[in-house]
Amino acid sequence: MSNLAWIFLSTLLVNNFTLAMFLGLCSFFGVTSKIETAWRLGAANTFVLLITAVSAWILNTYVLATTPFLRTIAFIVVIASTVQIVEMIIKKYLPVLFRELGIYLPLITTNCAILGLALFQTTRGYTLVEGLVFALGAGLGLTLALTLMASIRERLDVAEVPALARRMGLVLVVASCLSMAFMGFAGMGSAP
Amino acid sequence: MTAPSEPVSASEPLVPGAPPPATLWVDLWSGIARDNPVLVQMLGLCPTMAVSNSLANGVAMGIATLFVLVGSSFLISASRKHIPNEVRLTSYILIIATFVTVADLALAAGFPVISKALGPFVPLIVVNCIILGRAEAFAGKVSPSRAVADAVGMGLGFTFALSGLSAFREVLGSGSLLGYHVLGSHFEPWVFMVMPPGGFLTLGLIFLGMGWYGTRKARRAKERSA
Repeated sequence: MSNLAWIFLSTLLVNNFTLAMFLGLCSFFGVTSKIETAWRLGAANTFVLLITAVSAWILNTYVLATTPFLRTIAFIVVIASTVQIVEMIIKKYLPVLFRELGIYLPLITTNCAILGLALFQTTRGYTLVEGLVFALGAGLGLTLALTLMASIRERLDVAEVPALARRMGLVLVVASCLSMAFMGFAGMGSAP
Repeated sequence: MTAPSEPVSASEPLVPGAPPPATLWVDLWSGIARDNPVLVQMLGLCPTMAVSNSLANGVAMGIATLFVLVGSSFLISASRKHIPNEVRLTSYILIIATFVTVADLALAAGFPVISKALGPFVPLIVVNCIILGRAEAFAGKVSPSRAVADAVGMGLGFTFALSGLSAFREVLGSGSLLGYHVLGSHFEPWVFMVMPPGGFLTLGLIFLGMGWYGTRKARRAKERSA
């Protein structure tokens, strides 16, 4: 049980997917201009992550045990189809969100966080339950990072910023500060 | 997603949204400078920051990406007339994933140390937005020779940006370059630079510098015309 709690906290804070491991940066910089959109994309990502964790575990246990070299290809096909399904569900039931997320919804497929989760889960040899907790921690960590960044950027929009920093420069420096803050969690225990 | 079918002339097949005709040299050069994938288009940021903590890692990642980009662009362009429009993204991803698997296994066989250091970031080349972006915007719509020229340019542009970034971070963060000490023993390494925040900061400083240069150039041009 403490093992599960450690996996959860470690992925949520200490090894935050976005701020400590550089996974999913495209959406981190692309969709974080409004809090509302940011946390919804986080939720969509979390959902895809959870499904991916289960599918990756099934693939690893029953299909890829004898053919590990097919791992990358098999994972990406499963992820692409999962995202396609999520896209159809959101388009049908949440059309407003569908329009807001725009291109970033199909781009969840190429969000490195998803494939990264499947790969890390494999190399660390997580069981199904551990994998699910890992995915939940990663998804919530992603949502946390997206929301924090969006909150800061909403403030920055109304602040007076020198012209040279108006584009990505300032956003990256802010991300650096956020990442530094998350480094403070590094002291939280050590892996069992 | 059915694209409007243009009347196809015998000599020059028209593809909707195809890039304007240009010489191979222009295609090649645009990826290195004017449309540099990292510094101008801001694509592929995840690997850029994750593996740029030492020059060896950065160069290895750049070359692996270059290989995947060239191989997949050529294959996608060569088979563009046989890939149905509805399933093109899936087909592209499958082609890319195949080349990534080749690169991953080759790296693990030839350079086990670097392969271990890069870890899951080699298979993660599949989801590098540069490659799928080029496939969708360029390779799927032009002849193989142009696709390869563009891929080489983009790959080199990515490699150069990555090498510069990782050299800067390694020198300041460990006081060494490619493992050799270059700053002398009195230098206290800024460990911060090789850790995650250093990656964000380095790229941020580059963008700030480019922003400064851009605003200065615009101001000069305005003063001259006034």
